Amino acid sequence: MDIFLQQILNGLVQGSVYALVALGYTMVYGILGLINFAHGEVVMVGAMVALTVSQLLLATGLPPLLVLLIALMVAAAACMVLGYGIERIAYRPLRNAPRLAPLITAIGVSIVLQNLAMIFWGREYHAFPQLLPNGLHTLGGAVINDVQLIIMLVALLMMTGLMLLVHRTRLGRAMRAVAENPSAAMLMGVDINRVISVTFMLGSALAAVAGIMVSANYGIVHYYMGSILGLKAFTAAVLGGIGNLRGAMLGGVLLGLIESLGAGYIGDLSGGFFGSNYQDVFAFFVLIAVLIFRPSGLLGERVAERA
Amino acid sequence: MSYKHLSLSLAVLLAATLVACGKSGTSATTPATPEVNSGASDVSVVKIGASAPLTGPQAHIGKDNENGTRMAIEDANAKGVIIGGKKVRFELLSEDDQTDPKTATIVAQKLVDAKVSGVIGHLNSGTTIPASRIYSDNGIPQISPSATAVTYTAQGFKTAFRVMANDGQQGKVLGEFAAKTLGAKKIAVLDDRTAYGQGLADEFIKSAQANGAQIVTHEYTTDKAVDFTAVLTSIKGKKPDLVFFGGMDPQGAPMLKQLKTLALDVKFMMGDGGYTPKFIENAGAASEGAYASLPGVPLDHMPGGKDFSQRYEAKFKQPIQLYAPYCYDAVNVMIAAMQKAGSADPAKYLPELAKVEYDGVTARITFDDKGDLMGGAITLYQVQQGKWQPLQTMGGGPAAAH
Repeated sequence: MDIFLQQILNGLVQGSVYALVALGYTMVYGILGLINFAHGEVVMVGAMVALTVSQLLLATGLPPLLVLLIALMVAAAACMVLGYGIERIAYRPLRNAPRLAPLITAIGVSIVLQNLAMIFWGREYHAFPQLLPNGLHTLGGAVINDVQLIIMLVALLMMTGLMLLVHRTRLGRAMRAVAENPSAAMLMGVDINRVISVTFMLGSALAAVAGIMVSANYGIVHYYMGSILGLKAFTAAVLGGIGNLRGAMLGGVLLGLIESLGAGYIGDLSGGFFGSNYQDVFAFFVLIAVLIFRPSGLLGERVAERA
Repeated sequence: MSYKHLSLSLAVLLAATLVACGKSGTSATTPATPEVNSGASDVSVVKIGASAPLTGPQAHIGKDNENGTRMAIEDANAKGVIIGGKKVRFELLSEDDQTDPKTATIVAQKLVDAKVSGVIGHLNSGTTIPASRIYSDNGIPQISPSATAVTYTAQGFKTAFRVMANDGQQGKVLGEFAAKTLGAKKIAVLDDRTAYGQGLADEFIKSAQANGAQIVTHEYTTDKAVDFTAVLTSIKGKKPDLVFFGGMDPQGAPMLKQLKTLALDVKFMMGDGGYTPKFIENAGAASEGAYASLPGVPLDHMPGGKDFSQRYEAKFKQPIQLYAPYCYDAVNVMIAAMQKAGSADPAKYLPELAKVEYDGVTARITFDDKGDLMGGAITLYQVQQGKWQPLQTMGGGPAAAH
């Protein structure tokens, strides 16, 4: 039983991170109908910037928590600039082009960012400094540490904040309007370029937070880390119903749980025929199954059809 | 319809992956110097190929291999090597195999087409084995500095050599050490499903069982993963007293860290893939007490080890990660055979390579009839006060006697 509980906890922590990254995919898709494949790389850049900032600041002897806060703010700011830049350079000029064009520039941006990061930060794994307390807590036989508790808490706070922003503020209303019908929104006086830029910046800030949390959890940063994380988060977004904020959260947490329980029990259940190395396959298998039976994801796509 | 866009996106993603695979033959460093065989100077150019992952998770180890190879070639050029009465300048063609078996074969073909005289590589067993067929078909001698899987030299290729003990020897020593010296009764095994990780884990299991230990579970991961909590949790349920991981340090370090986070208080052991400074740096305090092995004697005990590591650090401004000294030796063994044969022609110097005797940085190098290093020693290490400390050297005949 304690092992089962531990797997659930593992899944929740992992899922919280997926959910945060998935929000970035889903926000952009909801508004532009575009999959921003460079989003995983933004997560990586956030982690890398935080790494550099915290290394510099730790040398000056500041307390770790303050270092973390500053690193978080610098990384979020850097990612927001990056997100804005990506949209402005790679997507906006193609907004009225065929759908395939911005998709390909998205992949291009992703490859460029990854290689730039490799040149800039080097190709090796970096140890991410331990800035958060790391005490262990026992919970009915299962163990969880402070970093993991903080990850779940932060993810919950960020998601609630985003929901409030989208459904309770003027900006949120503008975002929903653009999502529903960009031309009508423009006629109503909504500055759609501004709304889209802000969406990209918000998503990128979330990505920076996610990047730092992943790095703090594993204690490792690498220029390659964004690609598989991005792919998983994209899967989570699709699983929950892309374009739908609640769906992204649900998808993220579900995917985390599926992976954790799948990897933990598949060996025993299949009598050793399938091993835990099928962890990733599991996630994508679920994705395929969901897409076959519910092409629009679990919570469906709530954006109205565009003519 | 939105999900139509979605399926389009998926299709594009798939296509992009294919494109990425296709472009993987491109090299990271291509010194595209044309063959300077001008009659004016008497210097002829001998091309030596090298291949290791220069991108991806194991890039730091691959770069280390490239550095070791490059250093040997630059040393030889500075010294001035004469082969068959002619002055020779060596040129390095370094290719990125991305730890991918598929890419490795493309890279191997590329090196063959570039008419290299020999190849130093690859780093991983999973890439070395498929590439070795291509080198063998074209008669190009290949010395792997680090591929330890038994299969590599067991395929009957005349061109395949390695300057390191194989996993048959390594797994045996590790299993014996775990069961006997450490007294482990219940052992959990994990491997990364690569030719190296899987092979080493299998040999380890055989030896541990022969020495009276029980294998409680055998779990798997991949050489790209960073999250092992699920697998480790399931291992925790089996209550082992030692966890063995067949794989490399990008997985080993976070794995050990997560093991401690799960309050799984067991001994942790890896093969040569874990014996790097990076492992300690990335696992942090969790690395204390971890075990690893490395074929060969400790660098300090190697005939030219101290001098080599000082020169390496001065040249590349970073410590040796793992196999650089073995790469250095591999190049020099190849050059020694060429000198003996008086030719850099693969067909001519290959017989000399098979019976070479060379005092290298790592050991005295001679090959057996399969191309394996004769009398390869294995040393066990433990992390003590944040450093890999040698515990004991096992096996190894005259090679380790220095």
